[in-house]
Amino acid sequence: MSEFKKKIECILPGKQWEELYDTSHLPPKQSDVVIVGGGILGLSVAFWLKKLESRRGAIRVLVVEQDHTEHLAVVDAPLVDLRYNPSGCLLLASEKDAATLENNVKMQRQEGAKVCLISPEQLQNKFPWINTEGVALASYGMEDEGWFDAWSLLQGLRRKVQSMGVLLYQGEVTRFITSSGQMQTPSGEQVVLRRINEVHVKMDKSLEYQPVECAAVINAAGPWSGQVAELAGIGKGLPGTLQGTKLPVEPRKRYVHLWHCPQGPGLETPLVADISGVYFRREGLGSNYLGGYSPTEEEEPDPTNLEVDHDFFQNKVWPHLAQRVPSFKTLKVQRSWAGYYDYNTFDQNGVVGPHPLVVNMYFATGFSGHGLQHAPGIGRAVAEMVLDGQFNTIDMSPFLFTRFYLGEKLQAYNIL
Amino acid sequence: MSEPVTPDSSRKKRTLLQFLSDYFHDIHALREYLLRKQILKGNRKNRSFADIQEKYGPYVTGALFILKQGGAVKFQDKEWIRPNERGHFPTEFLEFRKVPVEAVDASGCAINYQGMSNLPVPLKELRFLSLQCCPNVDDWCLSRLYLLADSLQELSLAGCPQVSERGLACLHHLQNLRRLDISDLPAVSHPGLTQILVEEMLPHCEVLGTDWAQGLKLEPDQQPQNTPSPVSP
Repeated sequence: MSEFKKKIECILPGKQWEELYDTSHLPPKQSDVVIVGGGILGLSVAFWLKKLESRRGAIRVLVVEQDHTEHLAVVDAPLVDLRYNPSGCLLLASEKDAATLENNVKMQRQEGAKVCLISPEQLQNKFPWINTEGVALASYGMEDEGWFDAWSLLQGLRRKVQSMGVLLYQGEVTRFITSSGQMQTPSGEQVVLRRINEVHVKMDKSLEYQPVECAAVINAAGPWSGQVAELAGIGKGLPGTLQGTKLPVEPRKRYVHLWHCPQGPGLETPLVADISGVYFRREGLGSNYLGGYSPTEEEEPDPTNLEVDHDFFQNKVWPHLAQRVPSFKTLKVQRSWAGYYDYNTFDQNGVVGPHPLVVNMYFATGFSGHGLQHAPGIGRAVAEMVLDGQFNTIDMSPFLFTRFYLGEKLQAYNIL
Repeated sequence: MSEPVTPDSSRKKRTLLQFLSDYFHDIHALREYLLRKQILKGNRKNRSFADIQEKYGPYVTGALFILKQGGAVKFQDKEWIRPNERGHFPTEFLEFRKVPVEAVDASGCAINYQGMSNLPVPLKELRFLSLQCCPNVDDWCLSRLYLLADSLQELSLAGCPQVSERGLACLHHLQNLRRLDISDLPAVSHPGLTQILVEEMLPHCEVLGTDWAQGLKLEPDQQPQNTPSPVSP
């Protein structure tokens, strides 16, 4: 009887009508834009696409996310609580980096950020728990700087984009069906331009897949963007040519440690980034602190799994912490976990915008750990590129893919 | 997506519009439009008064902003100026261009993060600020108070529903603060612990916080035999 009821429900207006079998769990057959990756960047692009569309319901957007452990239902909460801590960031610099820090602060102040430079004496007065040995200069954010809960931002954004009509599906993108054509550049060279016509989305734990016809594909797959780009044929060519330039984004494992220290820095502690590259911040009210350290190229942990190497904290992180904050000598690690950075091996900065040869694939990835803070801006930039064909608000042309072929680095410093 | 941010709107019966918006796209769009209008109205109230500042000077601008929101202002050596029930206030203060404002009572006003830029930036000699029961004052707003570090001596945040311990952490800039009222903040998760940490952070300041018995609930079998005064839950 329930089968019969299901069939009747299928026939009613507004539901998908499939004569042979029920396909409500599969993504739609057609979508204007397919976003590969439902993380913060992917959802941000979806949000801006729906916000900037010319009329309500103009663009159909589909977000495909490979891994989610909770259901996609919308929770009816009034406001997103971001748990924002406006405590600012304290960046310490030694003698040799002091000039760079000063230039950076000057540039940030020109753009309107409320950052100030502090000398070691002022630093000791303000934060008596810090050991200023080796510190020549520090920059401190007075206003609008701090940290927040990324997970609640992600959930809030997901809820919002769903209310705007974006479809979120869980699945893995396994194949792109492309068509190509020969074109001639103004200088007479022959280039092969490719268009993605269909995206094959494979369902979890089954061989079933749905081909989704689309007009544009956005690669926001984070650490796995390199693999997704290879599926579209990016990088399949002679090395040194534009066809042979791969997307240099690969997953890198990073550890985060949570420790408890009863006599540690007080409530006013900002996010401290030490000269050595170690960073930490307060977590909650109970004298817990969170921090980590980016390993050098030689010490890179194996990214095939998410196992935590506890010796890493003992040998690499703790000595620097204890040196900078003497009360951290008596800390006790409570928990550690690992996550992936979408690490750009070329210059550690993001890739935004279309690919020159695969004309309807747009990138929004490769930020090597800084994607979260840039996500709203990048989302808008990619949405403008898709809808208008150019960057309107901020010119992101230094972030285009072509810089990998031309070899122009846009180096990012101070990677935490 | 419901009506203005009230936590008990989910407990109230659903209104007719809410019911209809599940079935009709037009009603859905209408409710979105009403929500947007409400947000715009809040933004308008907190718009920047920079153009008035050029003409009348910083103190008068700040005072005008507060009075328009429904708060009260006290200039140095003058009486408190309050709007009456109709929202009208005496305009003699427009002459006080050089007189600094020393006290602002913005209790219950709809001041938010945008509007905060109209407060501390012009009013450099503010000594007393009351933001009691302001529904839109949250942690972001508190991070803007550092500009008053030299002058502010008394601050009251009692009853603000959106202020949490994270915003209280950025009050450490206000080293001249002598009295701080942080009682009855529902968004603070551990009021007793927060008060201790804030007292450690501001050693010269008297912190008025929660009643210490708050949060203590006696087990039924542990209740004393004769209770002269009941412990408040």
